Amino acid sequence: MTMTSERDWPLYEVFIRSRQGLSHVHAGSLHAADARMAIENARDVYTRRGEGTSIWVVRSDLITASAPEDKGEMFDPADNKVYRHPTFYDIPDDVECL
Amino acid sequence: MGAAATEKADAALIETVVRLGDNALILGQELSKWTSNAPTVELDIALANQSLDLIGQARLLLDYAGKLEGKGRDEDALAFHRDAWDFRNVLLVEQPNGDFAKTMLRQFFYALWAESFYGALQESRDETLSSIAGKSVKEMAYHVRHAGEWVVRLGDGTEESHRRLAAALEELWPYTHELFMTDAADKAMIAAGIIPDVRTLRPAWDEGVAEVLAAAGLAIPENSWQPEGGRRSVHTEHLGYILAEMQHLPRMYPEATW
Repeated sequence: MTMTSERDWPLYEVFIRSRQGLSHVHAGSLHAADARMAIENARDVYTRRGEGTSIWVVRSDLITASAPEDKGEMFDPADNKVYRHPTFYDIPDDVECL
Repeated sequence: MGAAATEKADAALIETVVRLGDNALILGQELSKWTSNAPTVELDIALANQSLDLIGQARLLLDYAGKLEGKGRDEDALAFHRDAWDFRNVLLVEQPNGDFAKTMLRQFFYALWAESFYGALQESRDETLSSIAGKSVKEMAYHVRHAGEWVVRLGDGTEESHRRLAAALEELWPYTHELFMTDAADKAMIAAGIIPDVRTLRPAWDEGVAEVLAAAGLAIPENSWQPEGGRRSVHTEHLGYILAEMQHLPRMYPEATW
């Protein structure tokens, strides 16, 4: 007997937008036979408590990621450049949304 | 309306609400048996969600039935302290889960019916039913989508999944007819504008079923045998087992709480 199990299904990454105006945020990953099933599985697994207004799914193997071993050259140079942070300004008291 | 006529209308309304509540309760209970046994963890959660949708509907309906009855019985009293001869669910929802194909097909048949029934029930002159319908119709629309897709996947899947779905269709099809039967209580409620006439919902249901079955590579069976009786408490042997499991704890320990 040939068994088709979850292990044979591709992995999908799930992104949920919790409310209008916010970005989709990575929520986790799950197995599904196709994208439509992935959306439904994501609905059932990640939005049961009213977390979502929108779901994106994408096959994990379609994501190009930075390599962990490149971490040094990729990210360390930004560490000692404090002047890139907007912390050198005096903010007037009556400006609220900064 | 005279007092006798009012009493009759009240009895028909209670009957109607109990039938709807029992459909949801029994299907929800049977479906919940998949919890921890579904083919994948995602399906496990999906089926538990759907089971809880149904039990939520049952709670609202049986709570309302208890209030209409006015004898101090709440949703728990109606769920746990009635016997099979007082349950009014259709036979379809008490048919055992069987394999995954049978569960999905049963869910699809019932959900497609319930979605259109609740859809129309939103226009009910009874405000409580109308508001319960408004909540439930969305839940059932999702069940239709989920179960319908699985019916297509299984029918159009492997040789084994097709064979299992075909067997489920053979077994369950006869029980679908009862969903569209009406008796005196229904007719009174239809006339009063409380519930839709299920007979008018049938063409759309038939069409929806035909569409999904065609995509699954199956045809609608002949309408030979049309068992009925659940709505007047003449049940198949399966209901007793469901009730035994569902009711045994509150009957053993009537005051038990979490």
